[in-house]
Amino acid sequence: MNKEMPLTGAQSVAHAMRQINPDVVAAFPITPQTDIMMNFAKFHSDGKVDTELVRVESEHSAMSCCVGASAAGARAMTATASAGLALMWEILGVASGSRLPIAMAVVNRALSSPINIHCDHSDSMGCRDHGWIQIYNETNQEAYESVFLAVKLAEKVMLPCMICLDGFITSHGVQNVTLHDDKQMKGFVRDYEPKKWLLNTDDPHTVGPLELQDYYFETQKQRADAMIQAKEEYLKIGKELARITGNEYPLFEEYQMDDAEAVVIVMNSTAGNTKAVIDKMRKDGKKVGLLKPRLFRPFPYKEIAEALKHKKYTAVLDRSESYGANAPLYAEIKSALYEADSKPKLKSYIFGLGGRNILEPDIEKVYDELLSGKFDHLETGYIGLRGE
Amino acid sequence: MAELKPYREIPIGGRIEKAGNSEEFKTGDWKTFKPVWNSEKCTNCMVCPVLCPEDCIPVEKGEKPVRKETDLDYCKGCGICAQVCPVKCIEMKKGDADE
Ligand code: SF4
Ligand code: SF4
Repeated sequence: MNKEMPLTGAQSVAHAMRQINPDVVAAFPITPQTDIMMNFAKFHSDGKVDTELVRVESEHSAMSCCVGASAAGARAMTATASAGLALMWEILGVASGSRLPIAMAVVNRALSSPINIHCDHSDSMGCRDHGWIQIYNETNQEAYESVFLAVKLAEKVMLPCMICLDGFITSHGVQNVTLHDDKQMKGFVRDYEPKKWLLNTDDPHTVGPLELQDYYFETQKQRADAMIQAKEEYLKIGKELARITGNEYPLFEEYQMDDAEAVVIVMNSTAGNTKAVIDKMRKDGKKVGLLKPRLFRPFPYKEIAEALKHKKYTAVLDRSESYGANAPLYAEIKSALYEADSKPKLKSYIFGLGGRNILEPDIEKVYDELLSGKFDHLETGYIGLRGE
Repeated sequence: MAELKPYREIPIGGRIEKAGNSEEFKTGDWKTFKPVWNSEKCTNCMVCPVLCPEDCIPVEKGEKPVRKETDLDYCKGCGICAQVCPVKCIEMKKGDADE
């Protein structure tokens, strides 16, 4: 039976994990992720899951634990944020390089230094080239449902997958969430049936060996190919999930895009604020729209170029810096458009670092600037920065 | 070395499809000095087989164990055997494993 209830994003993710009932979960606290593990641990102690819940001593160990469990043949999950994700860095590569389908919620939070516990995307953007699939989520509902998609997608292409949601804004903000029927969701993910698993004594093999000049290169090409394949599989598995949830899982969401002249591209919770601004500006006859990427790795270059080709003005709003380079999302959009015959005038904005608020008037200003057509598209804009 | 395979034909993630294969990986080819053992002077005292960090000095078991020729496929040329041999019947000589 479906149940609608007010839940935080963290609780929503924990409920998804309860319904999936993974074989192994590694738990280590870090703000603002802790609420996921706290809620999951409660399900665990209440006997709602029979997961092996391993309380590790660091995030490096959390990911190592997942790597070991996954190689052994278990469905393994964990969750982290910010510095925790950074500490996992080495083992993130072991997970994807060894082609282990681990699913992990990442509650987006700024990286040090200075130390800051609030939302931006510098953590997950920092490891965007590490061979993990990344799905970004605007709402609690999206985050909840993406966990199921992530688990299945990871196991299909044998790559680990991150489910990203905004720290505090999504993880601690309460929304009405529809929890789908337990049995149906279990039926959707099914049991994990690895082709090879280390605990299978009839099929001894070696995971994570040394590869030097002779084979390392070939192994990386396989990983790159699997990532490309993940795009089609994401859409396929999304269609299957849609039959249960009634929601859609596109590569990116398009909001009021059909006749839009000015488009904002932004991920996660800020897309929600942007929709409110669009609704308001549309009432005044302004042709504004939103493109919200959901699948960031692999990145849907061709599809995004197609969606933007007849637009006049586009702004990409990044919630992280890439010091001395184009901001991560902007860089991808810009490179998506390189091969397009027709393309919008494109401007990069940075916003919300370390949890700095972005309010509706800020987004409205971006649209106004775009619609005026009078903007220096080569200069990076900073939203909400003093001195701008 | 076996013929190298193209990327589509190898197991994913660098996995090795069978276990117990590490002995196929010869690790002794980077030594600068190799131990040259004089079997006639050797008293089979069993000091060097025990202290060799590579465990590459074979021993024939029995009431009186017998030291056998060093397995140069795995010997790193560290020289410990030569150092510890009480009768100094091992000499470290420059040259690679195949000589
Ligand atoms: S040189 Fe070192 S590795 Fe080689 S046999 Fe002697 S002790 Fe063992
Ligand atoms: S230490 Fe010298 S004498 Fe003793 S077993 Fe080794 S080679 Fe022979």
